[in-house]
Amino acid sequence: MHAEARSGLFLTAPYAVFLLLFSLFPIGFSVVLVVLKWDLVTAPSFAGLDNVQHLMADARFWQALVNTLVFLAVHLPLQIIVALTLAWALDRPLLLRAFWRAAFFLPVVISGAVVTILWSALYATDVGLINGLLARLDLGPVPWLTDPAIAMPAIAIMATWKNVGFYVVIYLAGLQSVPRSCHEAIELEGATAWQSFLHVTLPLLKPQTLLVVTLSTINGFQLFIEPYVLTGGGPLRRTLSVVLYMYRNAFSYQKMGYAATLGLALALIIAAVLVVQRRVIGSAEES
Amino acid sequence: MRRAAFYVVLAVAAATFLYPFLWMAATTFKSPAEVGALSLLPDQPTLDNYRLMWARAPFGRALLNSMLVATSVTLSVLVFGSAAAYSLARLRFPGRGILNAVTVAVLLVPAQLTLIPMYTLIVQLGWVDSYAALIVPFAFNATAILILRQFFLQVPRSLIDSARLDGMGELRILFTVFWPLSKAPLAMVGIITFMGAWNEVLWPLLVVRDEQLMTLPQLLTVFSLGGGAGPRQLATKLAAAMVLVVPVVVAYTFLQRYFIESMASTGIKG
Repeated sequence: MHAEARSGLFLTAPYAVFLLLFSLFPIGFSVVLVVLKWDLVTAPSFAGLDNVQHLMADARFWQALVNTLVFLAVHLPLQIIVALTLAWALDRPLLLRAFWRAAFFLPVVISGAVVTILWSALYATDVGLINGLLARLDLGPVPWLTDPAIAMPAIAIMATWKNVGFYVVIYLAGLQSVPRSCHEAIELEGATAWQSFLHVTLPLLKPQTLLVVTLSTINGFQLFIEPYVLTGGGPLRRTLSVVLYMYRNAFSYQKMGYAATLGLALALIIAAVLVVQRRVIGSAEES
Repeated sequence: MRRAAFYVVLAVAAATFLYPFLWMAATTFKSPAEVGALSLLPDQPTLDNYRLMWARAPFGRALLNSMLVATSVTLSVLVFGSAAAYSLARLRFPGRGILNAVTVAVLLVPAQLTLIPMYTLIVQLGWVDSYAALIVPFAFNATAILILRQFFLQVPRSLIDSARLDGMGELRILFTVFWPLSKAPLAMVGIITFMGAWNEVLWPLLVVRDEQLMTLPQLLTVFSLGGGAGPRQLATKLAAAMVLVVPVVVAYTFLQRYFIESMASTGIKG
């Protein structure tokens, strides 16, 4: 065999084995697990469509999906508005520009586990920083994590704080590519700065907005450590996420077949939601 | 005047992101009576929270575990990953087309789909409670291979030809010709890989139960679920979190430009 071909096979062999074992096998096996009942201790048994039927009737799964929608309903608009505002503020000659950007970005590089524990302290009803600040204004105390109606929005605010710096950088790059002449043209016709932003800048930032929506949605469906540490999925299961429920089915209840069914359902739902979002944002462009 | 007001607003916005970390650091030096206070300077600074946290759980060991795991994963992704990327970019061999296609395809598969099958695989391999479970499943990374491959494709062909004429093998060409030219993409891949491994918490929670093998985010999570919610426990948990935060903040302070550019340009977040 040719020396180059031999080298190529030799250098990619570990990667090929890795792909087979840790990518292709799990992908294939995820479908097989759906028809199995398996506790990882005794031998797996064939369960037909039991897992799928159980999923359809499982109130906790549907509750977890609704919870994710509540999360996204708060998180997506907040993320876009805050990220756009901060990016707009940075899009000009500024003193310490790198510092401001780095400050907004700091929570992005910090582990989700730390951010969650930090916010458990910020949200604490009696000794928390946020209620302490509110008390100065004669407000509160707000039971951030113990009121069923407030807990999920509170987690959404935390997630926005953690991730928004990333989207500031994305939007900032977008803003810097908007040519000055676009604004000058519309402002010559008597448009205010706000109108120019709304009709020129915002439509030009559509690719960035699509990225923000896509990545934030994926993040929203991946919610795990936040409810795991802050609320355990409560109060009244209002912060239970699909991944947390999946983790419990695998780790605590030893139901591998059902946990994998949840994973497959989640993957399909994420794909469907992203397709719909792409359509909606795409069609906004045409109107 | 308007300009000054603008900077005040910007400073308030920045404080929203920075102050909680400062408050966290300050709180770890406070006694329980002071934990609820807003001020950053404790009246009677104490190291009790650090002493308690260090005595209750093996955080020193977890720090070593985290460093071992994150360093091994990063080295593997850089060394073995660039060998694969180099071959996929510059060598002709049977199966290259399929391997390239699969690399792109696996990127589209959401992590939730493979999480449980991967877990059952680790259990079947007998890797529960081992470093292998934390390192091997992350030894290669399709994103990293695509970034490096893309860069390697731009290196002039003549450099390879002349190196081969000098009798260099492919591995030597990769490490002595390509690597010195690829510092930027290697640094980018290194940073995102290290940060990903350093911050990961769900996977260790599944495959490690032995405290002695836990990485920092996992031990921190387990530790904080175990304690109560009183001021003393709160300050102790925050002290534990500092072990995880301080190295990252130090690295970030010096390399923030690289952190931000690497993460933003690859679409990968911690």
